[in-house]
Amino acid sequence: MDLLRFITAGSVDDGKSTLIGRLLYDSKNILVDQLEALEKSTKNRTDGSVDLALLTDGLRAEREQGITIDVAYRYFTTPKRKFIIADAPGHVQYTRNMITGASNASLIIVLVDARQGVVEQTRRHSIIASLLKIPHVVVAINKMDLVEYSQDIFNNIVIDYAEVAKQLGLKNVTYIPISALKGDNIVDKSEIIDWYDGKPLLEFLEEVDTAHDIDLDNARFQVQFVIRPQTEELHDYRGYAGKIISGIYKKGEKVKVLPAGLETTISKLEVGGREVEEVFAPQAAVIQLADDIDISRGDAIVKTGDTPVVGNELEVLLCWLDDKPLQTGNKYYLQHNSRLVRAVVRSIEYKLDVNTLQQQPVEGGVKLNEVVKATIKTASPLVYDPYDQFVVNGSAILVDETSNSTVAAVLLQ
Amino acid sequence: MSKYHLDYLEQLEAESIHIFREVAAQFERPALLFSGGKDSITMVHLAKKAFAPGKIPFPLVHIDTGHNFPEALEFRDWLAKEVNATLVVRKVEDTIKEKNLTEPKGKFPSRNWLQTYTLLDTIEEFKFDACIGGARRDEEKARAKERIFSVRDEFGQWNPKLQRPELWNIYNGRIHKGENVRVFPISNWTELDIWNYIRKENIDLPSIYFAHERQVIEHEGQLVAISEFVQPDANDVVLTKQVRYRTVGDMTCTAAVESTAANLDEVINEIIATRISERGETRIDDKVTEAAMEDRKKNGYF
Repeated sequence: MDLLRFITAGSVDDGKSTLIGRLLYDSKNILVDQLEALEKSTKNRTDGSVDLALLTDGLRAEREQGITIDVAYRYFTTPKRKFIIADAPGHVQYTRNMITGASNASLIIVLVDARQGVVEQTRRHSIIASLLKIPHVVVAINKMDLVEYSQDIFNNIVIDYAEVAKQLGLKNVTYIPISALKGDNIVDKSEIIDWYDGKPLLEFLEEVDTAHDIDLDNARFQVQFVIRPQTEELHDYRGYAGKIISGIYKKGEKVKVLPAGLETTISKLEVGGREVEEVFAPQAAVIQLADDIDISRGDAIVKTGDTPVVGNELEVLLCWLDDKPLQTGNKYYLQHNSRLVRAVVRSIEYKLDVNTLQQQPVEGGVKLNEVVKATIKTASPLVYDPYDQFVVNGSAILVDETSNSTVAAVLLQ
Repeated sequence: MSKYHLDYLEQLEAESIHIFREVAAQFERPALLFSGGKDSITMVHLAKKAFAPGKIPFPLVHIDTGHNFPEALEFRDWLAKEVNATLVVRKVEDTIKEKNLTEPKGKFPSRNWLQTYTLLDTIEEFKFDACIGGARRDEEKARAKERIFSVRDEFGQWNPKLQRPELWNIYNGRIHKGENVRVFPISNWTELDIWNYIRKENIDLPSIYFAHERQVIEHEGQLVAISEFVQPDANDVVLTKQVRYRTVGDMTCTAAVESTAANLDEVINEIIATRISERGETRIDDKVTEAAMEDRKKNGYF
């Protein structure tokens, strides 16, 4: 059994919570007491139906206001897969939550209200999906029951969205007509929507091929923590613990330590204290090297002949996530996986309109939820790959050194 | 399937180990909050794997309510020795005396709320800057929204509206003096994942997780064990039942479930078959108000 992480995105009334509630409910992942709590809170409704959306509403503050204020994570399992849903709210002002939820997702469900078609929010969510390179997109055209299950309406939305997808370079787009409220094409194939010959949503989620989402060709590793037991029997032990970001490492292979550029060989590999012959992404491993080289947290170990970019003048796309605006010349910490370096934003070139993708001049500072092209200089070099080629080694964050907040998502170019 | 493929438990394990290593590297004085339950036992196992062959580079801290199952305490001491970890125990009892706090009353006098005081004092005493906890997001609504690195202010309070965005697998643990971070390495595990992992890794558990005979009373449909902390009223019928515990908290606020499951396979089969969630079945304290956990977290709870 494997694991699929996905995010659901939709505007406020697209029925996102109902959809998630329906997935949990129909796949029998809601338990009796949760259901009882649900029925209790639904008592005030006039029609007596169970409000599936309540299953996903978390905090009292949210229930009182009828909104979602933050990303919530939901879990469900079918015999084929374990699923982790990042449930991100739809409001414009919470784009930063969507980015949080989307950054780890292999799939996004973009909800479209069949009555509304492709709207500004659909575009915005799809642009974020394309910026973050989410590998799979499902366009779930919801509320089909409210448009008499019309195939024409569905087809027109598909044509409209295909335009958006083409413009954004989105690949692997799948369209499914659903009614989250009535349960059409969620777990079971809808009998009413007989003109649709694809899979219902859950079956699609169970079967979508994610094996190729992990890059096994280019090996990347960054040191997180140096293990030095310094006990009598392990006196000289020095192991570099970290996650295999991508690729495969084998015992005896020649490697290069960056940014220093020193070469050595892998002498021993361990996973969870057990010696192995090879390690691969996304394992948490320990690498031991043949030579005694000065290596610390944040240094990269790569293979000779397959080296990432090493540099401290960075072209980046920044998604600004903080209330305090960004000004040229501001200084931050930049964190790239485990490597933390001082950084200064040297210039801001243009702003990307997240509705049209047009480049616009930046006036004043960069505000919350804006996406800009910028250049950053770091105090010491990063070892990275362009985000477009290599999401896991091309992403970073900016941290405000006075507030300690995470203020930006950084996509290295 | 390629041989370079991790199944879901291996993926969850890799993610948790990554988080443990981030904590060890980013903080000066981390601690693992150890309750004696299966989740914290699983965390100790993961921490051991994260730092092998070295020892776990932080102490296990137990906030002892004084209402624990003796089996859980015995197991705690054994485990700390087994993994060669430092064990710090701080007692709610002492906090009550020192601070002149009011002891909870009633038939089920839960000190659950009072733990927060002892926890905050312990954090201050040892200047812990990161406390690793075993909360899972599937447990409860408020937890579903908490980040893996969750910053708490000087009063230990969680502010759900001001959480840091948590992007990719990059964890920002920078804090101001006086603040601390609660870290939840098993956020993405469900109850069933934990059980399956315990089986896969052959992790030892306290005996109360398996079916045994116990004297219990029935309280609002839940079975509560008779102990020095919970005494039957005149109206109670004391029953002798085959039970096991699904969670291990205090004897005053943890209910048992009727079971004949004597080993892991049988426990897992029962859990798959059951249609009642873990907190709902076994926690007497969560039913008080729907927002109970949200309130406790805002006030500095685990």
